Amino acid sequence: MREPPGARAAPIAGSRPNWAGFAIPLQESDTMADVVVEQGHTVSAARARKPTSLRNILGRKSTVAFMLTLPLILLVGLLVLYPALYSVHLATLNKSMQKFVALGNFQFLFKRDTFWMVVKQSCIFALTAVFFKALIGFIVAHFVHNIPGKKQRKWRGMLLVPWVIPPAMSTLAWLWLFDPSYSAFNYTLSLFGIGPVNWLGDTFWARFSVILVNVWYGAPFFLIMYLAALKSVPDQLYEAAAIDGANWWQKIWYVTLPMMRNIIAITALFSLIVTFANFDIVRILTSGGPLDKTHLFATWAFKVGIEGSDIPLGASVSLFMVPILAIAAIFILRDVSKRGNEA
Amino acid sequence: MSTLTIDKAGPTRKVKYGSMSRDRAWALRWSYFFLVLFAIFFLTPPLYMLITSLKSSAEISAATNPWWVFHPTLSNYVELLTSNQFLRFFWNSSIVAIVVVVITMLISIPAAFALARMKFWGSATLATGVFLTYLIPDSLLFIPLFKMLAVIQDVTGITLLNRWYVLLFIYPTLTVPFCTWIMIGYFASIPKELDEAALIDGASWLQTLTRIFIPVALPGLIAATIFAFTVSWAQFLYPLVFTTSVDQLVLPVGITTTLIKGDVFNWGQIMTGALLGAAPPLIIYAFLMDYYIAGLTAGATKG
Repeated sequence: MREPPGARAAPIAGSRPNWAGFAIPLQESDTMADVVVEQGHTVSAARARKPTSLRNILGRKSTVAFMLTLPLILLVGLLVLYPALYSVHLATLNKSMQKFVALGNFQFLFKRDTFWMVVKQSCIFALTAVFFKALIGFIVAHFVHNIPGKKQRKWRGMLLVPWVIPPAMSTLAWLWLFDPSYSAFNYTLSLFGIGPVNWLGDTFWARFSVILVNVWYGAPFFLIMYLAALKSVPDQLYEAAAIDGANWWQKIWYVTLPMMRNIIAITALFSLIVTFANFDIVRILTSGGPLDKTHLFATWAFKVGIEGSDIPLGASVSLFMVPILAIAAIFILRDVSKRGNEA
Repeated sequence: MSTLTIDKAGPTRKVKYGSMSRDRAWALRWSYFFLVLFAIFFLTPPLYMLITSLKSSAEISAATNPWWVFHPTLSNYVELLTSNQFLRFFWNSSIVAIVVVVITMLISIPAAFALARMKFWGSATLATGVFLTYLIPDSLLFIPLFKMLAVIQDVTGITLLNRWYVLLFIYPTLTVPFCTWIMIGYFASIPKELDEAALIDGASWLQTLTRIFIPVALPGLIAATIFAFTVSWAQFLYPLVFTTSVDQLVLPVGITTTLIKGDVFNWGQIMTGALLGAAPPLIIYAFLMDYYIAGLTAGATKG
């Protein structure tokens, strides 16, 4: 136990006379009055104490701690853990939820081409988007870091705006930018003589657009994380590197990246989870189309489970996210606990 | 050591110094150049929202230069802000977000306090569990939650589906884990001497929490509050699944489902609605940017 004994004293002081008494010698002399009161209090409490009174149990530290965390435990247990397990149960039922079909839903999914397409698309979407978010975040963080003092704040404030706007709202703006007949992008491209691009109707461009919007939305998060990490790299390291004749690329490769490795990894893993489970952007931009070519696990599960009211099949689809999320979570946890131990 | 000798021996020291400062000036110029490019990329959609929101439908369908407003009008704003439906969405969103913030704080502050300061059986596991919960996405839980609500509704007879108040119970699953997690970080950084002094003076746990922990960790508390508000304001999947009647919708779902009527897109109004929906988080962000960023970075950096 790292705690000093004083910290372990139960603060519902009355029921623990020995701890209160223990505290008296620690007091400075100018708080004598407090001590006297404390003593009187403890004496009366000691007299009133019964071996297993309710008050005694309530006053015990672990009981108090348990009561304080109880709402949290209930919330997580009833509305997160239970539904998670319940979806495993749901995945083993047939469409009308009357019959147990064991792995029937999964067998059905494995035979469908759309399912494998969704798997492929989710992986392409998540990996490409996270890669570009990390890259853009890293590059922009360096530029912002170069800017001196007060201006830096303004730039940072401006560049973080995409992260602040609710994604459902900003995706609507993108939908309008991509609009087939009045597309602002196509208008701009036509000025350069580039023909109209069917942004959301063509398979390649639809996937491109969906990833672009996700990168736009998520890059500021990386920017902020990397900027915080950049600030924590001591300047002396760069000065030493400069004296040794390192160029900018060597400074990044031998100083910045090793110093930021931890935060790069943890941010990317975090983002991988969020991106993999993304729903809003694809739902609003393409609703999975054209011909299911942009569906992700979340949007397809919604289409099958809620719109198609085949809840068991929808549950099975979303359960396929679990392995990938679990792997990322394990790595994050390892990193987090490692950091905790270092601190 | 070796670098020092090189420096002394090198006759070009002054030149080198000069080249370094010149390098820096160029680096700054290039930084500004690329930052402007990225700022254009990042700010185009919100600016385009604003531009479109000031146009009349006639101007939009005339397909003139989309990047400029030739006849600015506030008619879209007037129309939305006097439409009972839109105000209803706004009202639903506000109530849900505010109540969820309160619920989140009531659950996560005591829990974070217990987990940060009172080591008890299983407290470390519970803290890790809270963190893991934060990693479980909404898209994994919406189907079982939907079915759960339907079952509870059948058994008890209480209408849960298609009612906005059910979101009050569902949203905390998104906000509480993260808020608890960052509050644990903030509480753990408070020196032990502070609460020991309070204990010695005879303060109860509750008093230590309200008189010492909450005031000292106020920046963290504000960051957590902002986070909880933004998440509840922006949540899209749960309300889309759980609510369908027009009078029960929150803003993001309301705008995406009601303003788009069939194939007719009234873009002026959609963009106005989207901008008004984005306004509360943007205003909070404009005034409390530092807290916002503190909450953002604390989540992943505070192990």
